[in-house]
Amino acid sequence: MTAVSPGVDAALLRDVRSSRRGDRVFSGITLASGALVFALLAAIAVFLVVKALPALEHDKSSFWTTRIWDPDGTGKYGVAALVYGTVLSAVLALVMAVPVALGVALYTVEYAPRRIGTILGYLTDLLAAVPSVVYGLWGLFFLLPHLVGLQEFLNRWLGWIPLFGGANGDVNTFSKSVFAASVILAIMILPIVAAISREVIRQVDPAQKEAALALGATRWEMLRTAVFPPSRPGIVSAVMLGLGRALGETIAVALVIGNTFAISAHVLTPGGNTIAANIANRFGEAGNIGVSALIASGLVLFVITLLVNLIARFVIYRSGVQERSAAV
Amino acid sequence: MTADLYSHSSLRSRGLTSRTLPRTALAGVAVAAVAIASLLFAVTPLQGVADFIVFATALVVVAVTGLTLAVEGRRRAVDRLATSGALLALVLTLLPLGFTLGYTVYRGAKRFSADFLNHSMAGVGPLAPNGGVYHAIVGTLEQVLLASLIAVPLGLLVAIYVTEYGRNVFGTAIRFLVDVMTGIPSIVAGLFVLAFWVLALHKGFSGFAGSLALSILELPIVVRSAEEMIRLVPSSLREASYALGVPKWKTILRIVLPTAATGITTGVMLAIARVTGETAPVLLVVGNNNFIHTNPFNGPQASLPLFVFQGAGSSSKFDVDRAWAAALTLILIVVVLYVAARLLTRRNSLAGR
Amino acid sequence: MAKRIETVGLSCFYGKTKAVDDVSIAIEPKSVTAFIGPSGCGKSTFLRALNRMHEVIPGARIEGQVLLDDEDIYAPEIDAAAVRRTIGMVFQRPNPFPTMSIYDNVAAGLRLNGVRRRSDLDSAVERSLRGANLWEEVRSRLNKPGAGLSGGQQQRLCIARAIAVEPQVLLMDEPCSSLDPISTLAIEDLIFELKDRYTIVIVTHNMQQAARVSDITAFFTLRGPGEPGYLVESDTTQKIFTNPSEKRTEDYITGRFG
Repeated sequence: MTAVSPGVDAALLRDVRSSRRGDRVFSGITLASGALVFALLAAIAVFLVVKALPALEHDKSSFWTTRIWDPDGTGKYGVAALVYGTVLSAVLALVMAVPVALGVALYTVEYAPRRIGTILGYLTDLLAAVPSVVYGLWGLFFLLPHLVGLQEFLNRWLGWIPLFGGANGDVNTFSKSVFAASVILAIMILPIVAAISREVIRQVDPAQKEAALALGATRWEMLRTAVFPPSRPGIVSAVMLGLGRALGETIAVALVIGNTFAISAHVLTPGGNTIAANIANRFGEAGNIGVSALIASGLVLFVITLLVNLIARFVIYRSGVQERSAAV
Repeated sequence: MTADLYSHSSLRSRGLTSRTLPRTALAGVAVAAVAIASLLFAVTPLQGVADFIVFATALVVVAVTGLTLAVEGRRRAVDRLATSGALLALVLTLLPLGFTLGYTVYRGAKRFSADFLNHSMAGVGPLAPNGGVYHAIVGTLEQVLLASLIAVPLGLLVAIYVTEYGRNVFGTAIRFLVDVMTGIPSIVAGLFVLAFWVLALHKGFSGFAGSLALSILELPIVVRSAEEMIRLVPSSLREASYALGVPKWKTILRIVLPTAATGITTGVMLAIARVTGETAPVLLVVGNNNFIHTNPFNGPQASLPLFVFQGAGSSSKFDVDRAWAAALTLILIVVVLYVAARLLTRRNSLAGR
Repeated sequence: MAKRIETVGLSCFYGKTKAVDDVSIAIEPKSVTAFIGPSGCGKSTFLRALNRMHEVIPGARIEGQVLLDDEDIYAPEIDAAAVRRTIGMVFQRPNPFPTMSIYDNVAAGLRLNGVRRRSDLDSAVERSLRGANLWEEVRSRLNKPGAGLSGGQQQRLCIARAIAVEPQVLLMDEPCSSLDPISTLAIEDLIFELKDRYTIVIVTHNMQQAARVSDITAFFTLRGPGEPGYLVESDTTQKIFTNPSEKRTEDYITGRFG
């Protein structure tokens, strides 16, 4: 830098220095915030492990296989029935919700007139924003009694499948069950899966759709040829995020599931429990070891949802498809 | 070569004219299918409302698809089946929405009133019909406000780092971790605050503990939406600012953030709507309180979602009525936030649609 | 196999806006007809109305008739999908299916039509790729994604995909506008070869291109901004470019307008 006049040069230099310092400070602050995310996730893992240890050391039975929950009394407890119920109810919810979610996403983008499609989009997003406790309350007082008809139907016609069996013709037993929990979960994850799938399907290049139509494809053939293949990774990740939600949902499930510790294939009959619902239901009466045991089960849930999320992210990152507007 | 071109029979017998069903024929078949289903339920042992709905719907779909198959051919039939499927999915989505909102309004209206909103449960037993949610509203508002005071600035800074500075391994890692955070179940966030704040630091139950848990859930949503909006700011704006000699940090604070402000606000409001209804973390670390307790930093507080949850589990019909009215209050708050966020989006110059 | 297309008083609309006004034209089989005219004159819209691709856009509709060998393709008993199978289309921007291989791109239309036998597909794919002058370039990498080809190769792949289903007519909407001169030349050579077997209609911005490839040229223009486009005249390419009947055509050809 050649100085024209020393005064100007010094002022310029001071400006450059102060702006550099400002940049360093500001980027430092944002970097620290980013690092905090790291620290937070690490802290979550560490504190859950530390506070779960007392219960795990105190455990009088095998944590992974025991099907009862009595940490404060006999000291016997385990997550076997909880993990089973969690996975079963979430998977059933997926089976019910995903086809409907994809159908409504397709309808919104590809079938509905534009204005109706926009309104439908708002409605599904709103459905996703309804608090889970409201779904739980509704599930308990409205859905449970109205679900009996559907449960009878499934039991009558599909009772030969173990999943829908076990009632032995006694329809009065239908009440809180894994099935009721999965229906509520399905209703809750449906708008989430639908919203993300809708955005993914909307991203498909219209030129590809026109190419398929110009080959003489019907609308369905156009969807299969030009829309589904490029949307597949995004839809898979939407489904996995829905699964993660279903696995971790607490309150709605706590209100409509039977809260028992049996591992049963019959989802219509009363009973069943999930990790999250068990925490909500037992927390109030838990002693020191009890709380620690609940934290241990929460750690298991954390790991399961983490795995599901990692798989979902892996699918997205591998395909390079940008997931957009998922924050509903 | 030309002879070869017509080797596929499906291509050879190809006219433009295809027999097409009029809409009236399809509607007629659908009505006939419902009539047959009704007849079956009248004369055979078949019974039950659920059974009828399932049977009738299936029969209509089969009849319409079958007729199309017979008259218009396989491709049109498959296409029509897919359309039926999409319509059915639409009905199955709108039904629970209508029933949830409708039933909540119906049950909640019984107790919902100004009186309900500005009274607490102080001195109200489970068997008394009066009482309200004022204390729970105060608790929820304070908890959500504090959570947002933590999550929004932090989330913005993280989003700025990721978009403006983090074009490196560390930035990619943070993006990834934020994605992972999106998937943390709310009960796990609650358990973490329980283990860390309540058990390890011996701070006890408080509204602030709840805010900590809520902020963990709010943070990734804020980061994701802010990140998206900041990326939408055209780089030409940034370059214009640099060309004037404005340092990068000032450019970000004075140019980038104000341009993205509307979109970010929308994202923040949606995030707030999401955490306002969260019950699980509040259940674990806030405790409960029937009285108006305005200090969120010390002692158990009430909260709206928790009020609903506890009322739902009560055997008193008055508690249940109050729970429904509180659920209605909760939905109203969420809907207002949601609608406000959407209206804001309309004014957003960056959002394409 | 090539068929004749005739429009009778065809007008095209987007919602309430009229984009093309009252066009009557006959397009002869086994020839190349070029549509030229300034931007916004409705020539692409008119082209898309010829195989019912216009109505794919929400709110778009037409008035008048399009006759394919005297059969009205807009008659109620006609299946739009069948029309598009008979009248193929190549778009402005190459649009191969991005997730499909080169082979699957060409086979896509055949598979939709129920061709399943591998040997049938193999021979049709080879025939179509040869027809599009692409076979030698891609024969060793048929299973690679179509998106990996150059722009010109992608456009020839799209032509192969369109002719694989054996259409009677091939519509091309500015097929070279996104291509470099060498690729453009390859496409033009291809059009020249294809006209032995197909009725070809090409929309082009480039008057030299119209002069090079077409037998008949139709000139479209619009009376003013916001007005619908209309057909000024159509005649042999030689006459249009040397001695047009209309003053407006001459002004456009000689560059005094548009």
